[in-house]
Amino acid sequence: MTQAVSAEPPMTPTLVAEHGLSEAEYAIILDRLGRAPNLTELGIFSVMWSEHCSYKSSRRHLAKFPTKGPRVIQGPGENAGVIDIDDGQAAVFKMESHNHPSFIEPYQGAATGVGGIMRDVFTMGARPIALANALRFGSPDHPLTRRLVSGVVAGIGGYGNCVGVPTVCGETNFHPGYNGNILVNAMCVGLADADKIFYARGAKAGSPIVYFGSKTGRDGIHGATMASAEFDESSEEKRPTVQVGDPFVEKLLIEACLELMATDSIEAIQDMGAAGLTSSSVEMAGKEYLGIELDMNKVPVRETGMTPYEMMLSESQERMLAILKPGREAEAEAIMRKWDIDFAVIGRTTDSGRMVLTWNGNVVCDIPVAPLSEDAPNYDRPWVAPPTQNPVTSVDVAPVQDWAATTLKLISCPDGASKRWLWEQYDRHVMADTLEDSATPSDAAIVRIHGTQKALAISCDCTPRYVAANPYEGGKQVVAEAWRNLTATGADPIAITDNLNFGNPQRPEIMGQFVLATDGMAEACRALDFPVVSGNVSLYNETSGQAIPPTPAIGGVGLLRDHTKRVGFGDVRLGDMVILVGTTTDNLGATLALREIWGREDGAPPTVDLVLERRTGDQIRALIQAGHIRTCHDLSDGGLLVAAAEIAMASGTGLALRLPAGLSAEATLLSEDQARYLLIVDPTHADHVFAALEAENIACEPLGTAGGCELAVQDLFAIDIDDLKQAHEGWMPAFMA
Amino acid sequence: MFLLRRLLQDGCTIAARVSVPVFTLAEKPRRGEGMKAAVIIYPGSNCDRDCKVALERSVGADVSMVWHKETTLPEGLDLIVLPGGFSYGDYLRCGAMAALSPVTRAVVDAAKAGVPVLGICNGFQVLCEAGLLPGALLRNASLKYVCKPVALEVTNNDTPFTRAFSEGEDVVMTVGNGEGNYFAEDAVLDALEQENRIAFRYRQEVNGSQRRIAGIVDPTGRIMGLMPHPDRAFEAELGSADGARVFQSLLAA
Repeated sequence: MTQAVSAEPPMTPTLVAEHGLSEAEYAIILDRLGRAPNLTELGIFSVMWSEHCSYKSSRRHLAKFPTKGPRVIQGPGENAGVIDIDDGQAAVFKMESHNHPSFIEPYQGAATGVGGIMRDVFTMGARPIALANALRFGSPDHPLTRRLVSGVVAGIGGYGNCVGVPTVCGETNFHPGYNGNILVNAMCVGLADADKIFYARGAKAGSPIVYFGSKTGRDGIHGATMASAEFDESSEEKRPTVQVGDPFVEKLLIEACLELMATDSIEAIQDMGAAGLTSSSVEMAGKEYLGIELDMNKVPVRETGMTPYEMMLSESQERMLAILKPGREAEAEAIMRKWDIDFAVIGRTTDSGRMVLTWNGNVVCDIPVAPLSEDAPNYDRPWVAPPTQNPVTSVDVAPVQDWAATTLKLISCPDGASKRWLWEQYDRHVMADTLEDSATPSDAAIVRIHGTQKALAISCDCTPRYVAANPYEGGKQVVAEAWRNLTATGADPIAITDNLNFGNPQRPEIMGQFVLATDGMAEACRALDFPVVSGNVSLYNETSGQAIPPTPAIGGVGLLRDHTKRVGFGDVRLGDMVILVGTTTDNLGATLALREIWGREDGAPPTVDLVLERRTGDQIRALIQAGHIRTCHDLSDGGLLVAAAEIAMASGTGLALRLPAGLSAEATLLSEDQARYLLIVDPTHADHVFAALEAENIACEPLGTAGGCELAVQDLFAIDIDDLKQAHEGWMPAFMA
Repeated sequence: MFLLRRLLQDGCTIAARVSVPVFTLAEKPRRGEGMKAAVIIYPGSNCDRDCKVALERSVGADVSMVWHKETTLPEGLDLIVLPGGFSYGDYLRCGAMAALSPVTRAVVDAAKAGVPVLGICNGFQVLCEAGLLPGALLRNASLKYVCKPVALEVTNNDTPFTRAFSEGEDVVMTVGNGEGNYFAEDAVLDALEQENRIAFRYRQEVNGSQRRIAGIVDPTGRIMGLMPHPDRAFEAELGSADGARVFQSLLAA
């Protein structure tokens, strides 16, 4: 990568292209400056106008999302979203990708992804209380997959475990579509006082700009630009653009930051994430139409000889930038010294509206702030809708001959198997408030709000095969599934964060996936009163022209006012009644079974009736909160068959089920129709449950009873729970061995 | 309530079928006994708050948090806890730098004066590095961090930390460590066994520890290192309340 040298290099088209800027974008820079930029200025424009920082391909589409609601304190546009969780408390959360770096350097890429998302949360004044993740890897057969899984998991654990924030849930899928571009999406949830939230906005002119945290090194230079481009055969050479994390410093930084925030000396604060010192300073100034003056000789650096270009573009980790109230510098410095953290006053805000950098007594950059943020390109990229998929029903596939083998296959295939190998490497219990996590049978993780009866429910979801088959319906489904997972614990769903992972937006078919998926998501958010409060877009996830499956991952957060009223899916007692809620149709398109049993990935995915989804979920939640339901599990991948097997494995209690009349066994057991739940109910509550559901015109029927040591379906098959567990637990350790 | 013990079961057993919540706190947490405890905070400690809360909830202790740069401890302590975490980032070796921290000198002095000291997880590593306990904690045999509930045997219930248990009792706590593999020379291990200084053993292989050692005490019994976390198992809501009895044992002392 080009490095600034004392002699300014000439501005050639090659140099501009190396910075990821198009000719048209460069022409705008010339126009706004009225002259050619120097190298430092070019670098600053390039990162601020990168897809990663400017959202130039996605911005107009993100505007579709509903972002307001009675509990929303802060929607998108700040470091993280903030929701009201009663009693003067707020939950602060966001999800963010670290896809490109994790592919190049899995341990550090994933570790710094976790570190970065935590900083977004504590920057707002919140103590991080939970981490979650959504991971996608290539085919298990691909030569890189095991190394990537191993590195990513170690990186997530290595960072989160050390900082001491529990990693409570996640989802992990494998598909050849991710062979060249894995996805590492990390989510962090924090807890704050609702009246003590800190923002990037709020700075005034003439205030000191202070830097604290790790020193600036040469790592991660151009990380944001790298994350905004496709990969090719030379991607390995991009390793130096990956940052290196130090979770020990992050832990100190959290404590020091929260201590500083208690002093009321901060006007605005921003972590140095993507595009480091550049984006943090520009964003704080830009929000208040201020100018910035920075003395680059004051920036704490790790090595000698670093140029302003390198300092402004470095993505060294664990760094914060704050604008203090004038005169509070010494107080802030004392707190940082206590924690042995570097601290420096590196400049001040001005009313000039310009970013002026000085170095060795010379002005090395003097550009207007506004074009960097507010005037960043905003493209309306052309798009086309993907072809419509035909339905696939049970008459289109060969009848299942061996149901026991089919069951075992679905719970032991890479997407269906237990991920114990992976989540046992994550500390899920530190902070001593984790009530449900990856290890326990619950559709969402449950984390107690310290010292209260309240708890947050957290779930990460996306079904990329549905989005690929029909982006609009698939977009609706990702939101609906997160909502349903929270509902199935008894929690009130409140809001989501999203992480939109797609291919190259300059290709109309990829842009079509993006536009339609976000349309579907927006509609679902509206219908379910489930606003988007924060998010991240990751485009250009493709290698040599091969894009990933469209993967808009969702992190949903809900509130349990009394966590003792929650349910999971592991509590089953002898004689309990099994009840299926929701309507099943003969639709096998884009299901897990179609892929794993019949080797096909075609077909129209299940559609989402949002009105029915809402009506069903609201009623299920009310029944749970009133104590009528012992166990609840939503039906998703693998349909009724997998949900029943999961309940049997979790509870150690068998289930004897019958097949309702009217549908084939294949449709009944394997379809993935939405808005469905499997309930385990004490027989004395059954009448009430049926009456409540029927009153709302929600389909429900008794399917059988609990008992014995087998999962048995009519005369089709019976499998011992031990055999189910062995298959379910066996795949991943064998794969990683 | 999904209980940790359920997670440890293999397969479908009659016991599982008829299981009812197994963990009930034997007695109400005792309060007002006036236990005075200190929890040491090294940079990178991350279970310091958990230990404080566990002590307050289990025994109603009055807990002081002591920063690593302190050179003295509060007067009249009944217990010092070195919490879990990654003191000094685990750089050099786990616990090595904490063992040289200013406050650790005060802890060693207090221990010599008879104040009970409990090192949990990283705290156990610090106690070994500080020479208060023999042996060392090596990288797990799996070479991976492991977080899971484990079944423990109370090997010796005649220590200040285990009096509230029965000998041979089965208890459950969670582990969360990358370096929990207890190692010492055979002669040391033999001595630990002969002197009845193994307080807890893992029921099953967890991290490669010699003789399945999960927790040991010094010759006086007043210093214990324990890899599993009693501070994450102090109430049924967390899946196990067995850890509370480690703290309650000190009241019976």
